[in-house]
Amino acid sequence: MNTRLLPFYATLLICALAYTACVMQFPAMLSTRVAGNLLTDNAFLGIAAVGMTFVILSGGIDLSVGSVIAFTGVLLAVLITKYGVHPLAAFAIALIITTTFGAIMGLIIHYLDVPAFIVTLAGMFLMRGMCFVMTTDSIPINHEFYSMLQGMYYRLPGGGRLTFIGCLMVLVFLIGIVMAHFSKLGSYIYAIGGNRTSAQLMGIPVARTTITIYALSGFLSGLAGIVFSLYTSAGYSLAAVGVELDTIAAVVIGGTLLTGGVGYVAGTFVGVIIQGIIQTYIVFDGTLSSWWTKIVVGALLFAFIALQRTLVFLSTRKAMVNATA
Amino acid sequence: MTDPTVLLAARGICKSFVGFRALDAVDLTIRRGEIHALLGENGAGKSTLIKVLTGVHQPDMGVMELDGQTIQVRDTLQAQHLGIGTVYQEVNLLANMSVADNLFVGRQPMRFGFIDRGRMEKRARELLRQYDLHIDVSSDLSRYSVAVQQLVAIARAVDMSGRILILDEPTASLDRHETEMLFTTLRRLKERGLGIVFITHFLDQVYEICDRVTVLRNGKVAGSELTAQLPKMQLVSLMLGRALAAVTHNVRRDRPEPEMKQFSFKGMGRSRSVAPFDLDIGEGEVIGMAGLLGSGRTETARLLFGIDSADSGEAAVDGVPVRIRSPQDAVALGFGLCPEDRKTDGIIGDLSVRENIVLALQAQRGWFKRMSRRQQVALADKFVKALDIRTTDIEKPIKFLSGGNQQKVILARWLATNPRFLILDEPTRGIDVGAHAEIIALINQLCDDGMALLVISSEIEEIVAYSTRVVVLRDRAHRGELAGGDITTTKIMQKIAAEPGEVHG
Repeated sequence: MNTRLLPFYATLLICALAYTACVMQFPAMLSTRVAGNLLTDNAFLGIAAVGMTFVILSGGIDLSVGSVIAFTGVLLAVLITKYGVHPLAAFAIALIITTTFGAIMGLIIHYLDVPAFIVTLAGMFLMRGMCFVMTTDSIPINHEFYSMLQGMYYRLPGGGRLTFIGCLMVLVFLIGIVMAHFSKLGSYIYAIGGNRTSAQLMGIPVARTTITIYALSGFLSGLAGIVFSLYTSAGYSLAAVGVELDTIAAVVIGGTLLTGGVGYVAGTFVGVIIQGIIQTYIVFDGTLSSWWTKIVVGALLFAFIALQRTLVFLSTRKAMVNATA
Repeated sequence: MTDPTVLLAARGICKSFVGFRALDAVDLTIRRGEIHALLGENGAGKSTLIKVLTGVHQPDMGVMELDGQTIQVRDTLQAQHLGIGTVYQEVNLLANMSVADNLFVGRQPMRFGFIDRGRMEKRARELLRQYDLHIDVSSDLSRYSVAVQQLVAIARAVDMSGRILILDEPTASLDRHETEMLFTTLRRLKERGLGIVFITHFLDQVYEICDRVTVLRNGKVAGSELTAQLPKMQLVSLMLGRALAAVTHNVRRDRPEPEMKQFSFKGMGRSRSVAPFDLDIGEGEVIGMAGLLGSGRTETARLLFGIDSADSGEAAVDGVPVRIRSPQDAVALGFGLCPEDRKTDGIIGDLSVRENIVLALQAQRGWFKRMSRRQQVALADKFVKALDIRTTDIEKPIKFLSGGNQQKVILARWLATNPRFLILDEPTRGIDVGAHAEIIALINQLCDDGMALLVISSEIEEIVAYSTRVVVLRDRAHRGELAGGDITTTKIMQKIAAEPGEVHG
């Protein structure tokens, strides 16, 4: 069996076990209502995590995600509420800005050869700062188009709601999976994450790919911002602080190697759902502090990193034995 | 060009880097169906020439013609499209992707805008069948040995380019059996009419497989001849451009075997690494360690130096039992080790020559006894002079030095600690003939000065040249020892190949 898939199976197993354990304690959690809410509540996190998966697969990191989400939310609120711009036009403007922003970060990372960590850290502060430049208040959005999108859902048997944003997240994940394994861009991303010098010597357009990766992450963060704005009906400068870390956690729990080159988009989906399940459990329990989510996620991260190191160690040792046998 | 057999002709290629002329009016002609050796000492301009041919560098002057058409190569991608494919020394493939991915990344067969994996893997299997490689193309490249990876790299390069194949030291990390496998492939490609450029440091291999030799020296062509018409001595003198006295080193000095064995190891071993062995070394003695790649030579060195901990066995220095659990312990006992792969284990590229030399001594003295700048400079100067390290300045980052000089710096680093017992793992790998002779002379001198040395090398003639005793390893175990008059190339080879029918890999 391919050892590479092991972390993914492990994640899947943990997800199933966690859900089963929750259902045993709270049978009410076994309902389409909970399932629907899992998708809706984590839609923005999931969409941003798809972008983060590609970034990490390429061996990089994007710390600007949370700030970009907040920026998008504030921008939409200002455009729609203050200036009366139609939401669709506002969406387009936001996506253009965030995509360009991502592309510029990619440009700097590639051409100036600055570590992605530093560039996106600067991007994080810049975007958060831009939020405060626009407004320091929480601006509500009351627009019929918003109400229309929020009211769009498919009623599942059992009363669960498959909302527009929930579906959007699933769609983004599906596109992400196809892109990762069946597009040239996907293969380039894995190649760069595997070994950048080799990729370059093999004639892979490293510059274009790097820029595309960060532009894509910017676009998906913008989309996550739109979803977040639909979810909260407001724009607030201090929203989504630290979401980038939640997405990184989801990606790593999903079995993607932080050093790049190895991982699956589908794993990230499971990673997001695990975080959602923990949150739901805490809500059901009612007495636990919401910080327990962070604690459990932290423990899981440790467990997964240890698992990955062990697998890498075992597979290199196996390769060595093979090579000398 | 009137000669229709000529595939690629480069004429009058010049290339300068800031104040330094790397290539000076170099001509190179590659014909159809020939294997063309490109030789030269380190820094002679081989890599620069290759980089010009493959579009990594642009020549300042000169013309390149492919099939009689003048070409300009802007980048590697274009070189590949023109038919010039390259396989680099360190296999530059992607270990995290499948074999098929590696063969086709960037040019995957597509269907409806998506990669057609089924067709890609089918084509990969067909492609590798031509090389007698029947492996699972859907599993990761990292699962296969370096030799297989190299063949995959060649398959990719030939399939993409298919006219000129440039191999940059392809045999450096292969053992004999794997090299044979590679040569079979090259002969087959040659029959298909490819022009192959073969860069190597092994002169034997040049005579084994190459039709023609071009020698570069100081950025100029020193000569270009048919291999059959070029005696080995003449080839070496073309490369060195100086008298051969220093290189013919087959005069081994007969040292009396020392009475006292200051360093003795009994039953040292580690499972999966190397079988338990006994080894006694006295001061003023050079033990040569011969064996194929992967026979346990480096593993032995790692055990002795405490990098890997031994499962069994005991060590004694001056008759007193000691425990070596870490390199620190070993250094404290007066051991030194020059590792095999100087690029990853030895040099620190961005630090200067001086800093690289001082490193081990400073480490031995500890954090708080910093050496003054003046002491450091004095020390570095001393070794630069003593070992004839060629550098313009002791403050020059070591990565700008040639391989042979880097090796000398690492030697200097350990010599500075005044070791009693020095282990050298492949001290002459990847360095040119001239530096080679100097390193060997140095080994002899250190031995005369009363140091105990253990030298691991793949070059048997070299081992014969300096060893007072030779230990032969095979299949992760010490298989025998030769001393005195028994130390000959033939005897060592016989020991290495002792049991018939064994495949080393």
